[in-house]
Amino acid sequence: MLQNKANPTINKSTGLPRKRFYRARAHSNPLSDSHFPVPLSPSHFDYSLHYPQLFPSSNRSDGSKKIEFADIGCGFGGLLISLSTIFPETLMIGMELRDKVTEYVKERILGLRVANPGQYQNVSVVRTNSMKYIPNYFEKGQLSKMFFLFPDPHFKEKNHRRRVISPHLLDEYAYVLKVGGIIYTITDVEELGEWMKSCLQNHLMFEPLSETELDADPVVKLLSTVTEEGQKVARNGGQTFQAVYRRIKPASQENS
Amino acid sequence: MEGAQMEDFRIEECENDNNTHEDSQMGESEQKNKHMEVAPALISVHPTRNSVAVAVGSDLRVFNLLEDCAMILVDEAGGASHNDSIRGIKYGANGKLFVSAGDDKLVKVWSTESWRCIATVCSEKRVSAVAISNDGLHVCFADKFGVVWVVDLPGVDETQAPLNKKAVPLLAHYCSIITSLEFSPDGHFIVSADRDFKIRVTVFPKKPLDGAHEVQSFCLGHTECSFNLIAYRFVSCLAFICTPDSPQGILVSGGGDSTVRMWDIISGSLLDTCAVGAKAQFESDTTEGNCSTVTDICTIPACTLIAVAIQSLRGIMLLSCDLSSRTLSVMKVVSIIGENFVPTSLGSSISGGLLWMVTGASKLRGSDVSSLSRVKVISGFEKSSPDASEQEPAVLVDSEIPGGAKLLEKLQGSISVDEKVFLAAADAVKTAMCNLLIKKQYSDEKREFRKRTRNDRKSKH
Repeated sequence: MLQNKANPTINKSTGLPRKRFYRARAHSNPLSDSHFPVPLSPSHFDYSLHYPQLFPSSNRSDGSKKIEFADIGCGFGGLLISLSTIFPETLMIGMELRDKVTEYVKERILGLRVANPGQYQNVSVVRTNSMKYIPNYFEKGQLSKMFFLFPDPHFKEKNHRRRVISPHLLDEYAYVLKVGGIIYTITDVEELGEWMKSCLQNHLMFEPLSETELDADPVVKLLSTVTEEGQKVARNGGQTFQAVYRRIKPASQENS
Repeated sequence: MEGAQMEDFRIEECENDNNTHEDSQMGESEQKNKHMEVAPALISVHPTRNSVAVAVGSDLRVFNLLEDCAMILVDEAGGASHNDSIRGIKYGANGKLFVSAGDDKLVKVWSTESWRCIATVCSEKRVSAVAISNDGLHVCFADKFGVVWVVDLPGVDETQAPLNKKAVPLLAHYCSIITSLEFSPDGHFIVSADRDFKIRVTVFPKKPLDGAHEVQSFCLGHTECSFNLIAYRFVSCLAFICTPDSPQGILVSGGGDSTVRMWDIISGSLLDTCAVGAKAQFESDTTEGNCSTVTDICTIPACTLIAVAIQSLRGIMLLSCDLSSRTLSVMKVVSIIGENFVPTSLGSSISGGLLWMVTGASKLRGSDVSSLSRVKVISGFEKSSPDASEQEPAVLVDSEIPGGAKLLEKLQGSISVDEKVFLAAADAVKTAMCNLLIKKQYSDEKREFRKRTRNDRKSKH
């Protein structure tokens, strides 16, 4: 990593990228067609590029491990980095639309891998529009956890269709989540919090976790503490609103 | 919808219906094009061949084959049935209903007995595809925002006044225009294809008015064509092959990548791919180096043949489907000699063994005729096994077409079509098809211009 010494975007002592070189717009329009490559189907997703130590070759057998956690709109990757060591055996991926931010997370993961040999091999990031392409990345019932932390609120009613949680998109999330899989949402915007909760509450394929289940889940505690956005809210003494729901098999689906 | 229009769309994903605003200097030519937007002609055949319907522009023409007469559509709303281009027409599987819809945002359901309009549904957006559930109780239509809506129909009641029903959302593709909507032969699934290479198979629920939330599979495999143009990465058409051993049928789809693909809808797996574009370019003399987009496919129920309409191919390509090995192969190209006939839409009925084709477009430029439609029929599919050669698919001459001159007069608007009109229409037909399927591309200057003039900067969220 000699060349990194001369690279000002990398912090010399930690080997991690410096955020100020990855300034990005706060928002990106999910309706616009961007020109990044998208895998043709989940089987075309190259695990060896994302998890090189775990998948030395791009030939993957059907039985091999698949991504189980997806952080949708992962931002600067705070949650992924925390989850990586808590669930070292689980493959996880962050999906982010803003390219500068994705670039930062990529460098951050690479830096962490170098600084902590053997660790952070199970985590990666991809630049994509998850609202359009989620079925291109994951098969039916592949995921066990999906995260939507501090998504864009899109206040205007005509922009509600840009919200990452919506009744129609929940159909797709229910498709990629396995039965029993959990969807975690959190926001500091009360209106959006209510929206996400009501979308999940009204969806046939999701049920809320009980209080005891929420207390027992170590991941729930991370939602408001480990992301940059969450820390900012905490600094300002703001409130957060979370909704954690489980993918269930609805009664009407039992015969299928 | 002003805000949406000012976004930096490189390729515009969803149509903005209400774009009546400024965009003055750079948008002018586009505005002009908008007014001149041509629509390809469509054809649909009654499942038991009672009638044939053709839509050209806002004109819906129906010919009754049983009684050998032209039908007059009765719409209590008065006036023309549609007042802008029709984009989708379809008979229900049981043949009792017919649905038409398009750019005027009206979805009209017709009784195929009386050809009376039994229900009119107002859509918020322009409609891109329609379908009737197999039990004839629900009509579905897709709008330009990628939302599929459903309306329930309480049976056909001839005496009742036309219903003004309200549609509820059934499912949605995330802001991608849906090009085709089909029910599986067993009626358990609704399949939707979009301009973003996606085919979604959704369980059609028992209570559709509550929405269809269970995705059975996504059929992913259509890609951009060999020229690597992302705009060609679309699925244009869907059709089902009915077989006794799979009640849900085998799905076939055509796309901008010049392929016809065969799918198992339960798993979403790709069974076979047939690169029809390469073969079509070899056969047709007009090799222009562009993609041979598949514009329509039609399965011929009498045999396991699939008719494929390909842009710039004068005629159709026939594919045969081997049900045991689940493979597709090119059987032959049926050329249309002497006429510049590139079909825009195909149709067939369960019985009869005929393939109906139409070519044409509405709102022709630089011609004294406002629209063109030309109907042709291919016969010889009836119960002949693919290897028996006593009957070969052949294009019927006009006088041999069921209904003869009377039918042509109704469906084409005139018995014969002038060669000059044909030539004038050739480009329009092509443009119509491209407009329908290919996403609009915007230049970098245009994007910059739009960015400069966007007015949503002030809002700080």
